[in-house]
This record gives sequence, structure tokens and C-alpha cells, in this order.
Amino acid sequence: MKVSGSSEALAGLGAAVPRMRSPLLRRFSAQSTLVFGAMLFTAFVAIALAAPLIAPYDPIYQDLDARLAPPGLAHPFGTDNFGRDILSRVIWATRIDLQIALIGVAFPFVIGTLVGTVAGYAGGWVDAVLMRLIDVVLAFPYLVLMLALIAILGPGLTSFYIAMALVGWVSYARLVRARILVLKNADFAIAAQSLGYGHTRIMFRHLLPNALAGSVVFAMSDAVLVLLAGASISYLGLGVQPPASEWGLMVAEGQSFITSAWWLTTFPGLAIVVLSFAFSLFADGLGERLGVRT
Amino acid sequence: MSAPRLSVSNLEVSTDTGIHLVDGLSFELRAGEILGLVGESGSGKTMACRALMRLLPGARLAITGGAVRLDGRDLVRLPEREMCAVRGREIGMIFQNPASHIDPIMRIGNQIAEAIRLHEGASRREARRAAVEALRRVGIPDPESRSRSHAHEFSGGMRQRAMIALALACRPSVLIADEPTTALDVTVQAQVLRLLMHLRDTEGVSILLVTHDLGVVAQTCDSVAVMYAGRLCEKASTRALLEKPLHHYAAGLIRCQPLSEGVGPLDTIAGQPPALDALPPGCRFEPRCPGASALCHEHLPELHDHRAGRGVACHHPLDGSAVERPS
Repeated sequence: MKVSGSSEALAGLGAAVPRMRSPLLRRFSAQSTLVFGAMLFTAFVAIALAAPLIAPYDPIYQDLDARLAPPGLAHPFGTDNFGRDILSRVIWATRIDLQIALIGVAFPFVIGTLVGTVAGYAGGWVDAVLMRLIDVVLAFPYLVLMLALIAILGPGLTSFYIAMALVGWVSYARLVRARILVLKNADFAIAAQSLGYGHTRIMFRHLLPNALAGSVVFAMSDAVLVLLAGASISYLGLGVQPPASEWGLMVAEGQSFITSAWWLTTFPGLAIVVLSFAFSLFADGLGERLGVRT
Repeated sequence: MSAPRLSVSNLEVSTDTGIHLVDGLSFELRAGEILGLVGESGSGKTMACRALMRLLPGARLAITGGAVRLDGRDLVRLPEREMCAVRGREIGMIFQNPASHIDPIMRIGNQIAEAIRLHEGASRREARRAAVEALRRVGIPDPESRSRSHAHEFSGGMRQRAMIALALACRPSVLIADEPTTALDVTVQAQVLRLLMHLRDTEGVSILLVTHDLGVVAQTCDSVAVMYAGRLCEKASTRALLEKPLHHYAAGLIRCQPLSEGVGPLDTIAGQPPALDALPPGCRFEPRCPGASALCHEHLPELHDHRAGRGVACHHPLDGSAVERPS
């Protein structure tokens, strides 16, 4: 009995060894996730900045002799139904899509963070009113509300950004409010009061910086959703207008050729997927690094 | 003795349901004096400190009576705006747990500089220099580079020093120290207490030192006030109180201290402090008091001056003197 007991203990010990290593592994994987995501993202930024240099053709030049050319040496990603080079269009579209992701996140982030901070810190009726407002916005399906707003404002990217700001801030507001609710009773907030600091100073200089980590991580994963929303809006013809190139718009334009010329939709679609992937990896790595659970 | 710098009279803190957490607290803090405020957990020490700063936690607590005079002004009646200028500038406050009372993501030097810039309108560079100076004053080695550290890079004792530096950055004349050494081990505790005494001696800072440790009181305080269930039972010079306590509760507390030559089991005070919503009708210590009489059961004793600078709230003080009879 004794012998088998000790062998069981040994087996238990053996099982424990890889478990002991796992935090290290996790740390390494978080680090590599962050680095890989950041590298991918940087690559997209580089492509966007260098678009005029690396795009082989003018993205709106129509080579009517080479319509719907399959991927080949002259046109690595093929051409569309107007004879425009898909690779050049995908490269140029990087500029617009990155802009959509960044601006589409920035405004909701700023608005939501401000509203959430004030709601959480003030409490009482201010909080109640702002929270009910958030409930109202959340009561509508996200995309439907955006479409309605864009329909009112008229198609175009500016309308998209305005609609995004009006709809997207709620998530940030709720996130930040929850953190502020905890932090406003933290000891260092009381210490700040004992130094004679006013409410505004405590809110924005001491509580908000401590509350931001979660929203920053969320903003990165939100960028994926914003990018997809932008692509969807353009796909529906309400965002970027032709002949400018945008990945979602390109997918929309190519969909009638999906059975005959797959390259029209596949390459811009892949670009969306890879950029989303980059944002997701970056968000995960950042969350692990900042100790935020999403 | 000089005129009191901070004078508290009949301070009363109550909940909205009418429970008195601090009841008729009166004491005076003189320039360059360390006054110990002693009592067990829940006796209202921390509430009293918060009330002095008008920083009561939660909207359900309020100062319902009394006055807190600082250089002639009554802080209880000061508009909130002016009170903000008093906090940090004229009264500083340090807390029990320095780890959680320092902003975790702002550099220590910047936190000190922020207070200096706010209260003294100093320029960024002046404030930075003053912040390094403030860290040097509290004995932090290499303050220049330490001012760029975050709180988590400091040890417990260093954090407490940093918090003292922060509280004293604008050179307030009064420092409220709410159990500043409770979270520290004894050697660090001794260092921090020595620092407080040094600041009193060199800069004339008046310190209200809240503690439950009579050992700390014996080492550092010039005088002591003992609180029980929200009320003051005795105040006296440290020496007088420790050598010859007049209140039975003070005497009990002293007997509870371990002595180096002591043998045998440690003395305790039997029973529990009363719940604040179910106070005994008479003296609050009466149910646990070895010298209680029928009088104690019915009448709450007021704090009255006993002898030079000494006050006791007891019908039967331990030296057998004046047994006060309510008319």
C-alpha cells in the first residue's frame, strides 16, 4: 500500500511538472502574440504609407483589354471587370481601411471614456440618466441603428464616422464607468482628496489613467468590429463611394463574378481577415501584458 | 504652553439614522506636539480623523455638531472650496496602508510635484525640485532617482516615507496620522516614528497620531486622548496617563500591554465594546467596568477637567478624587 501510495505521489509530481512550466509558456506566448500582432499591424501601416511606391498600377486606371484577367505575372491578384489591377486597389484601400478602423475607434473611445468617467464618479441622477441613455442605444441592433443614422446623414465616410461615434461610445462608457465605480472608493482617491484636490483633478488625473487599461485593450478588439462594420457599410453602398477602393466595397463589386472570377472578392476579403487578425492578436497580447481579462 | 493650533470641541459625527459614531470629542493640539488618539477598533478614531478633514466616507455620514478650529477658523463651517485649500496645505494626512494610498501609476515625484503646483502655484521645474527636496526630508536615499519610481518599486517603509513626504509637501502645520505604523514591521515602525518626532522637533509640525498601540504612544506622544465607543474617556500627558491612569478603561488598556519582565497570562478587559446602535444608558464602559456603580448605570459622565491639563470622564476616577454627582 505504502509503495503504491508513493508511486502515486510520484506520478502526481510528474504531472505537476508541465503545469509548473505553463505560466512561463503563457507569458512567452502573450509576448509573442503582442509582438506578432504589432508586426502585422506595422506592416499594414507601412503598406498604407508606401502605397504610391509599391502599387504596380494606378488603382483606378482601367485597362479594358485586360478585363477579368486571372492572377498572373502582370497582375499578381488579377484584374476586375473594368480591367483595374486588384493588387494596386487592395494596397490603396489599406489607407482607407486603416483610417476607418482608427478613426472609427477613436471617437467612440474618447466620448465613451468621458461619459463613463463622469457617470461613474458623479453617481446619483447623472449616472442614472447616462445609463438609461446607454440602454436606449443598446436596445437597437448595432448595425441597424448605424444604417438608420447613415441614411439620415447621407452616404459617405464622414457619415460613417459620425454614426460610429453615436453608436459605439456605449461600450466604452460602460467599461470605464465600472472601473471608476471601484476606483473612486480606492484608498488613493481618498488620499488625493486629503491633499485638497478637486473632483475634476481626481477624476481625470488619478482615476481615469488607472481605469484605462481595460478600454485600451477593448479598443483594439473593437477595431476589428469597426473595420468589419466599415466594410459592411461600404458593401451596402453607404460608405466609401466608387471609384475609390475599399476592401468591403471591392467585395461588393466583385460578388456578381464570384463563380467566374474568384479573385475579385477573395483578395480584398483576405486583407480584411488578416488586418482583423492583427488587431485581435495585438488586443490579446496587450490584455495579457496589462493584466486585463476581456 | 503655547496656544493650541488645532482645537476640537464637542465634535459629533452621526449617521442619517441618528447613530453617533463620534460623540462630543474635544481636544487641543498644540504647536510642535504629538497627541496620541488611542482606542480599540471601532471606537471612532478614524471617523474623528476623517471628520477633521471633512472627508467622511459616504453621504450617510455627517458632522452634526461641534467645531474644529484651526488658527481661529472653524473648519466645520468653511465652504468646500476653502476647505480644499486647507487640505494638504494646512493639514496633511497619512494613512495606515501606504501601498494603496499612493496612486499606483503616477511617479512618486510627480505626485508630490502635483500637490506643490496646485497649492503653491510653483512652476513645473520648481515643483520638481521641491518634490526631490520633500523626499530628502523624509530620509529617502538618492531622492533624485527615487522620485522617478512608482509606488510598487518601494519597500513598505519607503512607501510610508513617500506618503509622509506627499502629505508634508506643502508644509502643513498639522499632520493627521491614521495608524501610520500598523502595517509595518517593528524596525520600520521605529524608523517612521523617529521620522515623525524628527519632523516635530525640526519643523514644529503638530501631529495627531492615531493608534491602538500604547507602546507607540509611550515612545512618541507628548499627550494622549483615550477614546471608547465614540467618546473620550481620558486625556492627559503621556507620562501621567501611563503612570497613573484615572479612567478604568485606560487602566485596563495599560494592563493589557505585554511587559518585558512580565510573566503569566496577559490581562484582558472582559466583554466587548457596545454596539453603537445599542449603547448602554449610562457610562458606555459601565458594563465592562470593574468600578461601576448604580450611578454609572444611569448617568453618562461628562469629560471634566481633573487637574492641570488632565480630563477624565468617570464618576469614580481611580485616584478616588472628586466623585461627581449630577444634580
